[in-house]
Amino acid sequence: MMKQKKKWYDYLWVFSLTYLVLGFFNILFAWLGLLCFFIPLAIAVVKGNKAYCNKYCGRGQLFALVGGRFGLSRRKDVPGWMKSKYFRYGFLVFFFTMFFLMLWNTYLVFADVKELGTAVTLLWTFKLPWHWAYHGTFFSDGVAQFAFGFYSVMLTSTVLGFVTMILFKPRSWCVYCPMGTMTQLICKARHITDSRKQ
Amino acid sequence: MEKKKATVSIRECVACGCCMKVCPRGAITIPKGINAQIDRDLCVGCGKCVVECPASVIRLEAAE
Repeated sequence: MMKQKKKWYDYLWVFSLTYLVLGFFNILFAWLGLLCFFIPLAIAVVKGNKAYCNKYCGRGQLFALVGGRFGLSRRKDVPGWMKSKYFRYGFLVFFFTMFFLMLWNTYLVFADVKELGTAVTLLWTFKLPWHWAYHGTFFSDGVAQFAFGFYSVMLTSTVLGFVTMILFKPRSWCVYCPMGTMTQLICKARHITDSRKQ
Repeated sequence: MEKKKATVSIRECVACGCCMKVCPRGAITIPKGINAQIDRDLCVGCGKCVVECPASVIRLEAAE
């Protein structure tokens, strides 16, 4: 049987793990997470495929490694509602609503209306003290506020992904991942005219 | 013995690519980022993708 040779991109889980760890030392590293936002979008828009999910997603690889290879997963089927369009699209809308609220918060700090909050908000609810990862910034406080906000988004989605990894299959996060749902929608839109062209 | 082939429920597929990664025959592609496609000539019905699929939308079905 063919054993697939590992490619360079099979190690991108190291990037995802490093990202989470760096956030414990200096929150400004959270800005790097924008790569996980813009690269999949760019690939979907320009190339019209989900190569990011399929090959490069370090988050997915991390779940596959911990849940699959290390066996930290019950490997059960996800419940039906979780893979329904209602839940997937609903979660996408909810996720981006919270994302824009976070951007609005960042704007308020940029505009000197609000003071910098040095907490990381887990699951959109729990404020974890995170001041020890903040050592000041050369720029506006808004730059740090965005870092705290963005790291909250990344940590929240990682925690959710870990919970469903344990409960269901290792990469069950992929079923409702907002980036995955969004890039799939972009691909659908991009290929909508394909059948007409033929 | 009856031959089996993997079949994807296209409507439910999230196009994550987990199946593509485990397929020992390279029979699975996701050409348009919408759903996985299985080349039935290459598929040997090993069932690795069925186990891997996080949405559990791949099944082994008897090939006619």
